[in-house]
Amino acid sequence: MRIGSRPSSGFLSWTIEKRLDAPRRLQFAIPAFSLVAALVTGAVFLALMGVSPFEAYSAMFRAAFGDGYGISETLVKAIPLSMAAIAVMLCFTMLVYNIGAEGQIFMGAIASAAVVRYFPVDNAPAMLLMMAAAAGIAGGVWAAMAGYLRARWNVNEIISTLMLNYIAIHLMDYFVYGPWRDPASLGFPMTAPFPDAARLPLLFGTRIHMGLFAAVFLAILFLVLIRYTRWGYEIRVLGENPKAAGFAGINYVRNVILVMFISGAIAGIAGMCEVSGLQGRLQHGFSAGYGFTAIIVAWLSRLNPIAILFVSVLIGALLVGGETLQIVMRLPLSSTLILQGLILFFVLGGEIFRTYRIRFRREDA
Amino acid sequence: MTDDAENALLVAMKGVTKRFTGVVANEDVDFDVRPGEVHALLGENGAGKSTLMNILYGLYHPDEGTITIRGVAKNFSSPRDAIAAGIGMVHQHFMLIPSQKVWENMILGLDDIPAILPRNEIVRRITDLSEQYGLRVDPMANVWQLSIGEQQRVAILQMLFRKANILILDEPTAVLTPQEAERLFKTISQMTSEGHGVVFISHKLDEVMRITDRVTILRKGHVAGRVDTKSTSREQLAEMMMGERVPFSISKPAIEPGNRVLEAERITVLGDRGFPAVNRLTLDIREHEILGLAGVAGNGQQELCEALSGLRKLESGNVVLDGAAISGLAPRTFIDRGIRYIPADRKGTGLVPNMNVEENSILKKYWSHPVARGYLIDWKHVFEFARSLVSRYSVSTPSLYTPVRNLSGGNLQKLMLGRELSDSPRVVIAMHPTWGLDVSATRFVREQLLEERKNGAAVLLVSEDLDELLALSDRLAVICKGELMGIIGDPSAVTLETIGLMMAGTPVESIANPTGGLEQCG
Repeated sequence: MRIGSRPSSGFLSWTIEKRLDAPRRLQFAIPAFSLVAALVTGAVFLALMGVSPFEAYSAMFRAAFGDGYGISETLVKAIPLSMAAIAVMLCFTMLVYNIGAEGQIFMGAIASAAVVRYFPVDNAPAMLLMMAAAAGIAGGVWAAMAGYLRARWNVNEIISTLMLNYIAIHLMDYFVYGPWRDPASLGFPMTAPFPDAARLPLLFGTRIHMGLFAAVFLAILFLVLIRYTRWGYEIRVLGENPKAAGFAGINYVRNVILVMFISGAIAGIAGMCEVSGLQGRLQHGFSAGYGFTAIIVAWLSRLNPIAILFVSVLIGALLVGGETLQIVMRLPLSSTLILQGLILFFVLGGEIFRTYRIRFRREDA
Repeated sequence: MTDDAENALLVAMKGVTKRFTGVVANEDVDFDVRPGEVHALLGENGAGKSTLMNILYGLYHPDEGTITIRGVAKNFSSPRDAIAAGIGMVHQHFMLIPSQKVWENMILGLDDIPAILPRNEIVRRITDLSEQYGLRVDPMANVWQLSIGEQQRVAILQMLFRKANILILDEPTAVLTPQEAERLFKTISQMTSEGHGVVFISHKLDEVMRITDRVTILRKGHVAGRVDTKSTSREQLAEMMMGERVPFSISKPAIEPGNRVLEAERITVLGDRGFPAVNRLTLDIREHEILGLAGVAGNGQQELCEALSGLRKLESGNVVLDGAAISGLAPRTFIDRGIRYIPADRKGTGLVPNMNVEENSILKKYWSHPVARGYLIDWKHVFEFARSLVSRYSVSTPSLYTPVRNLSGGNLQKLMLGRELSDSPRVVIAMHPTWGLDVSATRFVREQLLEERKNGAAVLLVSEDLDELLALSDRLAVICKGELMGIIGDPSAVTLETIGLMMAGTPVESIANPTGGLEQCG
């Protein structure tokens, strides 16, 4: 057995060192640089597909922000994204990994459709409140189940929330393909259109619905809750150092379940907004994976609720632009997903430069 | 120095400078190690000892300066390079894998290990090295089952296994009993007799005086002095460390203890592995009293402290505060009734490293008025509170918004101490409160504990520093394997040998001539 050493690897070597503290300017420079790097890498990929990256990017930008319709479509996508991102942000703050926002969105949508079907009321505010309450409870309970399993038996919530997604998605398919299918839908898997009382009012004569206000309200509410309340402080301490939390007498079990419930409730209400504001009925595949994309949004926003609003608009624009890529450039949907993936990859990868720096130097011998 | 003399040195560091953002950790530091010597590196926390040794061990790269090993200039880019050059470091927290066996830990981080591990060969080499250096350890034992002292031997063996002949020991005796420390010193002298060089980082001046050949003192990143141990004294070393004279003795006014405040009645507490860590233990602490608790690390002290502060469930027995049983109540009730706990693990338990000074200052009171107003936290009030805490307990921090992970050990401890002591606690349970602190921070912490004693608190002081225990305690309890070996009523009159015997498991009543007034217990 020999005791080896690493062979000297050329003239220039590098080491990774820990930073004592990240300079303030890097807080913005790192994500911005990561975004540019992602777009440049995406450009290489677009060029390989035989598309001019410049044309593709400018087409995407014009589609998302170029006119009133583009902006409204971007916002329409940003609404469920931001609400779901606020939901997962709350869990991530406590280091509980709820990746089941998608399932919770579906449960909220199912519950609100059930209310419309079985307890219709002609009064719009009452109808909408009932739908929101049902959606919140359904999404909340769905998530709290995983929270309870985590708190009581230490069941990994990543796995349980992920699995619950598939159950929720297929549960909805059961209803729209089966008992709730509209006989007049010509066989499409969808319920009958909701009555007007069950529709969220639209804004500015566009497809933007009242969910926009809900998203902004939730962002401000949770900013205040997390920063300025005792409960927010507890959640942060639990997330940063569970041992210190126990030392201060903070109850982990209760808070895991509570946080999961609230998180699921927000996602559920996002689902309700989507069917009530946008679709006007429950139908197969109504969510474009918002619950999953929300995880990206929450991370990119560094768990800041206000940043979530802006990042949601950015990702919403990417989705709208991606649709344009399909239509105008005839690229497959997956190309958009690849761009999204690149952005996440670079931005999360860039995080390392917040805590470490690379130092280059000449090798002496 | 001539070239020959230079080549004869094991290590020569010259003009080493290392800056972190805004902070100079080392500036123009020269340091060398001769074959066969023990070279002590002395300095307060934050003086730059760890940075300097981490540079030598390849963890950091110096901004300026050179490192020469046996006359050859070196440029380490990682500990692997340093290890290949014969440098070994035993950290305060051993870099061992607890779930693996001793022999498996030996090959950790080595390159060129055959795919099929040559176990017999490794075990044989361990046995050889163990005998050669007096590092007795079972190669087939699981590391997690070993005592701290044994783990340290494994960590040293690990370095010798890699053929290190320059050994850096970072506060090696902090976790050892006096007897274990003696064995370590024998190992060190065996190593130096074979021409190895040892860098000995310590705060304990007695040890430095006893076993080292030269002492380099760092202060604020600079070399404050270098002396031959033979021609110096404890007082001179302390003076060089601090730059001013700080008297060693601490004045403890005589106060008559008052009523019993906190009592443990035959309590049994399970450790993390489900075995009893504290076994039918009974003790009490009175007003105006510091009860010292001595024992080798890992003999139930932590579990006892956690049980007394409400963080760990009792299997049986009772914890009584002011005559009323409180065991079984929520941890927060313990806090609200004035029981404060200063855990040994500051960053891991006592503080939230990523949160700032302000946020950490209210960990034990964020739910009560006036910090909390209804459901809201009054951050304006918190700011004022944190500011007064920082100034009253002289925490040196760039701002109240600095994450506490960036504070030095002494400042972390002052912050935590201030938080726990600031609202006149009824009971203070302090575990290793001066562990790893420099002389002036240590003194500060001790004075604060005496201040609490004066104010009427009942103080339980768990420490591995016997001098500290003897100087501060009104009574001294000794624990071994979760059982009380006895309580010494007059610590000033007891011999170290008696305490050593008790720490090793001899009940006080079985000791033939224990000097000093004794009070039996249990």
